[in-house]
Amino acid sequence: MAAHLSSGRVNLTALREAGRRELREFLDKCAGSKAIVWDEYLTGPFGLIAQYSLLKEHEVEKMFTLKPGRLPAADVKNIIFFVRPKLELMDIITENILSEDRGRSPQRDFHILFVPRRSLLCEQWLKDQGVLGSFIHKEQYSLDLIPFDGDLLSMESESAFKECYLESDQTSLYHAAKGLMTLQALYGTIPQIFGKGECARHVANMMIRMKREFPGSQNSIFPVFDTLLLLDRNVDLLTPLATQLTYEGLIDEIYGIQNTYVKLPPEKFAPKKQGEGGKDLPTEPKKLQLNSAEELYAEIRDKNFNAVGSVLSKKAKVISAAFEERHHAKTVGEIKQFVSQLPHMQAARSSLANHTSIAELIKDITTSEDFFDNLTVEQEFMSGIDTDKVNNYVEDCIAQKHPLIKILRLVCLQSVCNSGLKQKVLDHYKREIIQTYGYEHILTLNNLEKAGLLKPQTSGRNNYPTIRKTLRLWMDDVNEQNPNDISYVYSGYAPLSVRLAQLLARPGWRSIEEVLKMLPGPHFEERQQLPTGLQKKRQHGENRVTLVFFLGGVTYAEIAALRFLSQMEDGGTEYVIATTKLINGTCWIKSLMEKLEPAPF
Amino acid sequence: MACSWNWNPLGEQTFYRRSELYSMAWDLAEELRDCLMAAAPYGGPIALLKNNWRKEKSPGSRPVLEIYSAAGLPLASIVWKSGQVVQLGWTASEDLLCIQEDGSVLIYNLFCEFKRHFSMGNEVLQNHVLEARVFHTEYGTGVAILTGAHRFSLATNIDDLKLRRMHDMPSLQKPPSCWAVLFQDRVTVILLATGQELYLLDNTSCNAMTPPGLSPQAGAYLQMAVSFNYRYVALYTDTGYIWMGTATFKEKLGEFSCDIRAPPREMVWCARPRSKQRAVVVAWDRRLMVAGNTEECIQFVLDEDSYLVPELDGVRIFSRTSHEFLHEIPEASQEIFRIASMAPGALLLEAQKQYEKESQKADEYLREIKDKEQLSEAVQQCIEAAGYEHEPETQKSLLRAASFGKCFLDRFSPESFVRMCQDLRVLNAIRDYQIGIPLTFAQYKQLTIEVLLDRLVLRRLYPLAIKICEYLRLSEIQGVSRILAHWACYKVQQKDKSDEEVAQAINQKLGDTPGISYSEIAGRAYECGRTELAIKLLEYEPRSGEQVPLLLKMKRSKLALSKAIESGDTDLVYTVVLHLKNELNRGNFFMTLQNQPVALSLYRQFCKHQERETLKDLYNQDDNHQELGNFHVHTSYASEKRIEGRVAALQNAVDEYYKAKNEFAAKATEDQIKLLRIQHRLQEDLDKPYLDCSLHDTISHLILDGKHKRAEQLYREFKIPDKRFWWLKISSLAECGDWEEMEKFSKSKKSPIGYLPFVEICVKYHNRHEAKKYAARVVPEQKVKAFILVGDLDQAADAAIEHKSESEMSLVLAKCSPAIDATVVEKLNRARAQILKK
Repeated sequence: MAAHLSSGRVNLTALREAGRRELREFLDKCAGSKAIVWDEYLTGPFGLIAQYSLLKEHEVEKMFTLKPGRLPAADVKNIIFFVRPKLELMDIITENILSEDRGRSPQRDFHILFVPRRSLLCEQWLKDQGVLGSFIHKEQYSLDLIPFDGDLLSMESESAFKECYLESDQTSLYHAAKGLMTLQALYGTIPQIFGKGECARHVANMMIRMKREFPGSQNSIFPVFDTLLLLDRNVDLLTPLATQLTYEGLIDEIYGIQNTYVKLPPEKFAPKKQGEGGKDLPTEPKKLQLNSAEELYAEIRDKNFNAVGSVLSKKAKVISAAFEERHHAKTVGEIKQFVSQLPHMQAARSSLANHTSIAELIKDITTSEDFFDNLTVEQEFMSGIDTDKVNNYVEDCIAQKHPLIKILRLVCLQSVCNSGLKQKVLDHYKREIIQTYGYEHILTLNNLEKAGLLKPQTSGRNNYPTIRKTLRLWMDDVNEQNPNDISYVYSGYAPLSVRLAQLLARPGWRSIEEVLKMLPGPHFEERQQLPTGLQKKRQHGENRVTLVFFLGGVTYAEIAALRFLSQMEDGGTEYVIATTKLINGTCWIKSLMEKLEPAPF
Repeated sequence: MACSWNWNPLGEQTFYRRSELYSMAWDLAEELRDCLMAAAPYGGPIALLKNNWRKEKSPGSRPVLEIYSAAGLPLASIVWKSGQVVQLGWTASEDLLCIQEDGSVLIYNLFCEFKRHFSMGNEVLQNHVLEARVFHTEYGTGVAILTGAHRFSLATNIDDLKLRRMHDMPSLQKPPSCWAVLFQDRVTVILLATGQELYLLDNTSCNAMTPPGLSPQAGAYLQMAVSFNYRYVALYTDTGYIWMGTATFKEKLGEFSCDIRAPPREMVWCARPRSKQRAVVVAWDRRLMVAGNTEECIQFVLDEDSYLVPELDGVRIFSRTSHEFLHEIPEASQEIFRIASMAPGALLLEAQKQYEKESQKADEYLREIKDKEQLSEAVQQCIEAAGYEHEPETQKSLLRAASFGKCFLDRFSPESFVRMCQDLRVLNAIRDYQIGIPLTFAQYKQLTIEVLLDRLVLRRLYPLAIKICEYLRLSEIQGVSRILAHWACYKVQQKDKSDEEVAQAINQKLGDTPGISYSEIAGRAYECGRTELAIKLLEYEPRSGEQVPLLLKMKRSKLALSKAIESGDTDLVYTVVLHLKNELNRGNFFMTLQNQPVALSLYRQFCKHQERETLKDLYNQDDNHQELGNFHVHTSYASEKRIEGRVAALQNAVDEYYKAKNEFAAKATEDQIKLLRIQHRLQEDLDKPYLDCSLHDTISHLILDGKHKRAEQLYREFKIPDKRFWWLKISSLAECGDWEEMEKFSKSKKSPIGYLPFVEICVKYHNRHEAKKYAARVVPEQKVKAFILVGDLDQAADAAIEHKSESEMSLVLAKCSPAIDATVVEKLNRARAQILKK
């Protein structure tokens, strides 16, 4: 069931198992039948740790969503709240508890499980409301880094970027540091830490501090990771703004992947069975899980979308050839062998059908004129063409009131590729936007400015061309089919963040000191002492393992680029990726928008 | 052999030995029989309460409670000022229980420091305690009481007090002649005897018991004994008859008859685990008897009053002058030391002795063992027997023999030998007269090293405990750290030393030993009223998270705040901030935050969600006009309902934006006010919702409603760029299908956006006819695209050919279907061929 987690260089099943164990232990503390009241945001991430069946085994009979008012009736002994430590949620819980019927018998026992950490603040809050005493068990479930795939961990902390860069609230960084400590407890102390950015510095400081706080817990596990690279998202604001062009990236851009699941329009997935012509098409969206457990998906997810079609058609031929084999099977032995392979072949066939449908859906969009125009402008900006003037296409899009987020992505992209816009250009865009989409967006624009996504060019100098050239961010001769450089993930643009990781591995950051200074925040290196017995004697040809932690989010295209580097034959480094949240430009910008709804008149 | 001179045989197979542990260091003026006494098992301390029975309470003869080590060294004493004590007893954690007549139980530690007290309930208070017993089970230490009304009450665990009243006895007229606590199937019950009757009492019933195989002439019960593990019971009757059997009364183990009719003072079991012999020790004033299921018994004469302390592998006997241990000789020792024994261990011991004498007999003995292939067994026997000996010399000679034998073995894991050496070293150290914990090897193993260390800590023998930890190489967290922490907690209570001295002494000893919690020690110091010391100690705590709660408790909130920030744990910061908010006045509170940006931004977040008005004050304090402007904009949406209110809020925002020198935002907000007013008017004039539409949507609605004049007016007033207005206008016109107006508009002046958008928008609203009108006006570069859009492939092809553009030709070709557009296809192919030729 969790085989995809152990497929990589680092077996992440151990992390998941640790999570499951902790969950079981908590559930068993509350003896008897139980109902769980969920902070809705947690259900997705929890699904990656434990399915409903595990909960059921531990006498969880009912599940509710946390909402104000009275708790639903349920004939269970225990009511357990699974919540993030947020005051808004504490208020709802308080309401739930106060409206519980005191007269009912038997009385239900209340428990609270804070995810990922117990909070004195929340407990004090509950105490002030007079309900803290109602809870028998108050525990925490340190779900910091959730394994998404064999080489991918995410905290799924929705607002981490906004909190860190807009609100100076470093809570998620504290959780990140804690998560890294848990990871080190399971996979050994990471001897080298590199980082770039304010947040990275803060996380590294906390890790070092936490290590000092528990000097006795000398880790005796042989280190699995050689290096940790902490990267602030604001070191590379550009990458998430550009449209991802890998298969997985496009699925996320267009349909949004949530906790490895995607919901797709159902029409293309209608079962093609004869004699059911009159049957209605399904109306429920088709829900698919996307991870490396699916062989075909693992093969195509990180390819440039233009290279996916040929793989699919090749696969189709292989599969139909395999099915043809049955005509050649003559002896009983041959038939038996054929039959034994059937389930695998059928799974491959249905996987192929699914991805062919998805590819068709995506193709409809990528071949549209608007997609093409948008991409052209993006690529012009990224390659440094006309970034200092008002762009016609952007103006036209505003005039036609295209979706606001699309506009914001383009304008921010232009600003980032020009180290800020000339005041006149910036004001023009802003005026166009608020006149077209409403004055309330002045606050959103202000947020984007605070985050550095949109800014006036202050120094009068545009650093981006230097950065672009030194880091080779724009590659004209990109090969989408058989890539030789990471720039294939954006058909020309090589993600800055990944380039930094690549250059760190070889030849080292010393070669790019100048550019590093142009990027925001300090860059640093720390070493964590290992006991002599644990120091690695590297076998010849053995790859190093680097954990790249994106503070503030990472896109699927960046992940694809890092996977590409892992697979390079002479790369010498394999990457595991961790992040506060898996993002794309749309959901990222959305998280920065101020939600203002006018009061009804 | 020399070692067996003090062995006393009981039956064929077993021997008993009585050996001295200590000669008692106490110098008691009074007879033991005049004192109330309790000795803790596992070589524990002895408590004496003197003068307890005297009725006259003259100052010179007040009761005194004294506690001694098992070697009779005084640990502590106090004058007893509480009530009449009926019974003393020790808990499993070596606390002293003093059970008073009124049923209250006082708990002291072994330094006579009062810890707490509890009561055995009202019934006991009314009827008084007649007799009491302290007992130990897996649930902890329990107390059983026989009241003056001849009823039993008991508590199984004094740390989790649940009082149980037992079922009534068959006769409430007189007290039972003897009784004891039994523990069966995880339930505590009472076994009692009155005359010739025997009963088992539990909560709900009282059952008469008949011991199987009891002699018919047995007579009345005088005394009973329950074994250490609650498995066996022995009964003594007035005919001098002893019955021994299982506590379930299903099986008889043996019986013995003697001619002593006098009631014995004490009777206890004396058996070692896994022994075949079951024996009891019976004590009278001057006589001690060991009796088993045999014809004969062992008798000793007692020179003075002696008291019995049952242990799991024997019985300790102490008196005013000495402390002895009486036990059955374990098998390994018997094998080796029995006279003329030919057991392999005995031979090995002899071989080694001869070897030391440099006699060749050594080889003969050794060969004899090796011939029988018993060398490994012999070594094992010597190692085991060493554990049973108290004399270091004997231990050594046995271990030497084992070590000697080991040399001749190829494969013998050294572990058991090394372990035994270590264990004996620990045991010899704690048996030392000064320490006075006479544990046997079996007791030590049962107790475990962890508990032993706890007991040393309880006796404040920190250096020895640490030495042992280091010697046994226990992990620091389990061993040394724990002991140091205990030591430190004790140290902070020493009031005669200055805070500075104590803090330094503690830090010097503890350093940053892993697993030490300075905050715990600081907590203890604070409990003792030494706040300054606590703060000093907290400085050594590396985990700032641990420092914060205590600092808050001690009202050092500002220090707590900086520690919380250091930890990086925002939850801690929040906690301290809200604490400060309640503690300080507003001005002070804000000032404090001002110096802590991390705390300030977190508090802002808190205010955003919980109290927005405070947010304004915070921004005001920093003169943050930009944020104040944003705040007012927010207010105009979130909290103002009336138009005037909204405008007022926005006007505030404008002012703030100007102060912030954010001209753009100020102007934009002024525009917004203007738009709001216009919308308000429109809404009233046209009776349609206009409020809170964007400027774009407002104009669009106006056009849809045919109010072209007003739309035009807004366009001018808000200086909308021409291009955008044209897009907006044609989109809206197409949406409402006003093609006539669109055509008029297209001719009003030259389009700033060209004519392709006209074509596109017409096609979008499925009006090809209209689209075609504009296709012709499209600039040449976009003609091909325009014609394709309107579906006129022929013209598209012409345009492409005219441009001589191959890519455009392919574009058109791609749109052609060969059947219908054959002529176009042919035309294009021809043109392409021509280009290729060139």
